[in-house]
This record gives sequence, structure tokens and C-alpha cells, in this order.
Amino acid sequence: MNIVILVKLVPDLVEELTVDTSGIALDTAWLRLIINEFDDHAIEQGILLKERGGGQVTVVAADIEGVDDVLFTAAAKGADRLIKVKADFTGVNNHALARAFTTVIKELQPDLVLTGVQANNDLDGSLGPLLAGCLEMPYVGYLSGVSLAEGKTKVRKEYPGGLIAEMDVTLPAVLGIQAAEQPPRYVAVSKVRQVMKTSTIEERTVSGLDMTGGPTLARMFQTEAGQRATMITGSPDEVAAKLVGIFKELGVL
Amino acid sequence: MTANGAVEQSFYDQVLEATPNGERLRLCLQCGDCSGICPFGYLMIHPPSRMIANLRADRFEKVLDTDTVWMCVSCYACTAVCPVQIPLTPGLMARTKEELILAGNVPAELQSALENSQRYGNPLGESPRKRADWATGIVPEVKILGKIKKKVDVLWFVGDYPSYHPRVQSITKALTKVLNALGVDFGILGPEESSDGDSQRLAGERGLFEMLAEKNGAVFSKYEFNEIITTDPHAYNAIKNEYPGLEISYPIRHYTEFLADRLDQLKPLLKHALKAKVTYHDPCYLGRANEIYDQPRAILQAIPGLELLEMSHNHKNSLCCGGGGGGMWLDGFQWEKAHVRLSEWRIAEALATGAEILAVACPYESPRFEDAAKTVQGAGQLKVRDIAELLVEAMGN
Repeated sequence: MNIVILVKLVPDLVEELTVDTSGIALDTAWLRLIINEFDDHAIEQGILLKERGGGQVTVVAADIEGVDDVLFTAAAKGADRLIKVKADFTGVNNHALARAFTTVIKELQPDLVLTGVQANNDLDGSLGPLLAGCLEMPYVGYLSGVSLAEGKTKVRKEYPGGLIAEMDVTLPAVLGIQAAEQPPRYVAVSKVRQVMKTSTIEERTVSGLDMTGGPTLARMFQTEAGQRATMITGSPDEVAAKLVGIFKELGVL
Repeated sequence: MTANGAVEQSFYDQVLEATPNGERLRLCLQCGDCSGICPFGYLMIHPPSRMIANLRADRFEKVLDTDTVWMCVSCYACTAVCPVQIPLTPGLMARTKEELILAGNVPAELQSALENSQRYGNPLGESPRKRADWATGIVPEVKILGKIKKKVDVLWFVGDYPSYHPRVQSITKALTKVLNALGVDFGILGPEESSDGDSQRLAGERGLFEMLAEKNGAVFSKYEFNEIITTDPHAYNAIKNEYPGLEISYPIRHYTEFLADRLDQLKPLLKHALKAKVTYHDPCYLGRANEIYDQPRAILQAIPGLELLEMSHNHKNSLCCGGGGGGMWLDGFQWEKAHVRLSEWRIAEALATGAEILAVACPYESPRFEDAAKTVQGAGQLKVRDIAELLVEAMGN
């Protein structure tokens, strides 16, 4: 089983996000990137599949700041091959990413492509279906379990309202992972440091990203209070006092 | 770890080499004192003495198949009581936890604290950029060394919880007032400070500890100062006893040591009597691990009107608050096993003295003890105050 996992680095929400002077993009001066949480689950699911049934796991990511750490951590968890894709990723959208990764992934001839079902910077749809379209493979998303047995691939797909479907998938396919069967594992820093000395990250270059199909941004802004909403500010005591006042005014208290 | 004898032997050797005087493990008498004094020993399938017996019998996989070593709060009680001075806490216990971490057997709460420490340089998962936010608005402005680019007399290593935890921030601000009142020329590292890493080390993440220590070491070397003081006994322990092994050597004192040396200067500032019965909790990493017992008490006794009472467990025999060695990040796990918190036992002891105030000197303690006081019957009126806060109160600020 040849498993390819595609991961994205996304803005870390621990840092406050600010919009730059163009008004249509995030200010990158203080932006820190972190592995997309769902992609971390995709890595865990891929490693679990390998541990259960053998195979090779390749992790692919765009070459942006912090990518080496993400890839080496994946290797410390059990990934066999690491690839970073070099390109000018300024202002990139998911349509362009899907096209850029298609060439690289085709070359790897995967049986299974795993990626996170969504990411916090998906402005033009999630990456999985776009990639499946480019690769001409089937796609199933919102998965919380994948098993491979007797040549069949069974996936567990979550629907709203607590419904779960189990379905067979014909390979090769692209799967959008919502949650791995177990939380992403911890890997000791010493193990990652060891892997950094012994693993190599392969590079592929893609020139001229095709952004067609992506969104045209008119304005990017922090959430604004609606006209009918009153934002209460101040210390906890002040806020509590104002709330009591409002409740009294409304006759609730 | 397998039942393979050769592997067992190498683990035995690793434990012996894991820490200075580790070879003393060979001297174990199997007296069982360590298991008896361990506050959670009664819940461990393999308490320390039995771990040693299994290690010697080449059956350590029995220990590694269980998760009860995560009940260890690295309180040094076993190490302090051992008649042949085996460094159990930093040696066997930490090394066993490391083995569990390498095998992926990490309780989820601990995992997120370790991941946060790795990514953000603090176990709380807060933005490193906000590490000095507690100092916003303080007059005179707290100097951040990266900004002022001038030598200071004292570098204050603030620590994780004093920087970020809302309850502990008030203690940090209190100490700022004390230092300013004494005219101390101090500065902080702010966003450049990382977790000292000591609790992560004792929770078995040696590699993470080294990474954090190297970061702090690199920052220390950028600036000029005469000595380091710290609010956190864990930071004190790390910088004093562990960093030198990584060739990061700086003189460091806990703030209680620093202030005890300035008592003559401090006493005239303590103008307001604090008529209260106070009992003092010895933090494990100030007391047992570093034998600092007298200085915090000397400061408390310098406060006019204050009556100092001792709990039944005091000095070397003090009871842990439960926060050390990863305990801060294992509350749920330990509650499931124990259905009691060590901090609750301690609050009950403090109440028994008749004290109105429980004085502390470690940033883990105020939130832990205040939480415990809410659940221990009759403890509703017991106040938990850091020594720095009591000083500010006595200064009339």
C-alpha cells in the first residue's frame, strides 16, 4: 500500500491575526504557521494504516517556513518519505495548490491519498476534492476511520445529526480525514532530533502556479458587531454590573 | 522494552547513568521507605522500591506495562528519605517516564502540555509574544532586556505560570513592587524567555528540556547581568542544578533567598502590621530538592504582627502540592486514580494549625491550593498568599 499524505501549514490562531495594509490579506509579519490540525489526523491515520497492514507513507507539503519541523516530526512518527514542493506560494489558493501537488503526487503513484478534511484558511473550498478532481480519483471526506482488508477499503464517514456511514472505496482514491482513529501521537523531542540527523527531505519544484478558480478578495476584516448587537467591554466586575443593568431594564431580573 | 535480558540490562545501565550518583541504585536495601513516604505510593502497582526490585530481576517490562508511574509528582520525598541516598526522583522515576513517552504511553493532558512547551515555549499554550503582557502599564516600566540593550544588576527569570496564569500574575506584579521598593536594578527577558523545562524533564521529556535549556542559554548569553533571580523554584532548580550540565552556568537565587539577604533594607518598609496566623508550605523544589527552608520563614517573620505556625509536615517532610514532575498537567489522570488531590490534604493540614493564611513561594501553589480550599470542608475562609503578596500588604500598597 502506497500512502501519500498531503499536509498544509496554516495560520496559528494562538497569535492574533491582523489584516495588512492591502486590506485583503493577513499581515505576515507576526504570522506563525502550524500544521493544519486535520492534516495531523491524516498523518496519524496513515501511520496507523501502515502499522496495521504495512506499506509506505510519504508526506508532502509546500516549502514554507516551518515545513522541515512538520516533516521531520512526521518521520519520527513513522513516515518513510518526506517531500517538500518549492514554488512561489505568495497569495496561493487551494485551486493552485491542488494543481501544484498533482504533478508531484502522480509521480508517486499512490494507492491512497490522505489529507485533512478542511483547514482554517480554505477560502476556495477544501483541498481534498480539488486534488481528487485534478488526479481524476474518487473523493470521500469527513472520515473518522479507514480500514484495509481483503483488497477492499472501508471508510467511516460522519454525517450531520450523528449519522455514520460505512462505505467501500475503490482505490486509488483521495480521502479527507476528519479524525484519525486515535488522537495524533506524541513524539519525543529526542526522537525528532535523531530523525533530523538521519532523514532527508526530497525537493520538487513547480513553476508558475495557476491560480484560476480561486476567490477574488474584496475585503478582509475582523468580525464586526452586527447593528443589533451590543458589545459589553470592561473588567469582569464592570461587565457583570452592566449585564445586571440590562437584565433589569428588560425586566428579566 | 521486551523481556530480552540484554535490553533490560542496558535500561538498568541507563538508569544508573541517568543522573549524578545514579549508581547508588545498586545500594538499594529494599527497605521500602520510598514507597511508604510516596504520597501516591499506595496507588502505584509498582512503587519505587518495587520498581528497583523488578529492575534487578530483569522484569522491568512489568513496570512499563502499567501507567502508575504517572502518579509520581517528583516531590523528592522518596529521594530525601532514602537511607542510601539513591537519587530516585531525577533518576529512576524520570527515566521510567521517559521510556513510557518514547513508547507513546503519554496521558493526553500531559501530551498537550509537552506539545505546547515545544511549540510556544510554555506549557499553557500561550503566545510567546505575550509573555511580558503582565507588565503592561506598570510604573516604572519593567525593563525588557531585548529593548533596553543595557546591563542590569539582576535578571529576573519570571517563569511560565508567573508570566501567564491570571492568579499568579498578581504575585508577579507584587514582586515587581517589592523589587522596585528596594531599588533593585532588574530586567526581564519577556518574549525571549522560554519555559525552564524542569517539570517537563521530570515528566520524562529530557529532549524537550534540553531544547528549552539551550534556547534560554542562548538568550542569557546575549545580555549582561550579574545574577539571575527567579519566582519559580522549578526554574531555580533547573538553572542551578541542571543547566550547568549543558554548559549554561549562571549564579541564580530564588527570590526568597534574594530578599532574605536584604532583610535589613526590607524591614523598615514593612510598616503595616499583618495581624494574622500564617502557616508556610515548603515547595518541594525550594525545600527538599535545594534545602532552602530558613529564608522564606525569615521573611515571613519580619512582617510585623504575623504569627508563623508550622503544619505537621514541614521542612524536609513537607507534603507536595501535587504540581511537580508533570502533576500540573495530570490532574484528570491522577483524579481518576486517586479521587483525591494532594493539595486537598495540604489544605486540611493548614486548617488544622488554626492559620488564617497559607503562605506559599512557588507559582504552582496559589491556583492549586485555592482550588483545593474550595472543596475542603471548612477551608472557605483560608487565604492563600504568596510571600511577595504578603510583603506588599505589609508595605501598605
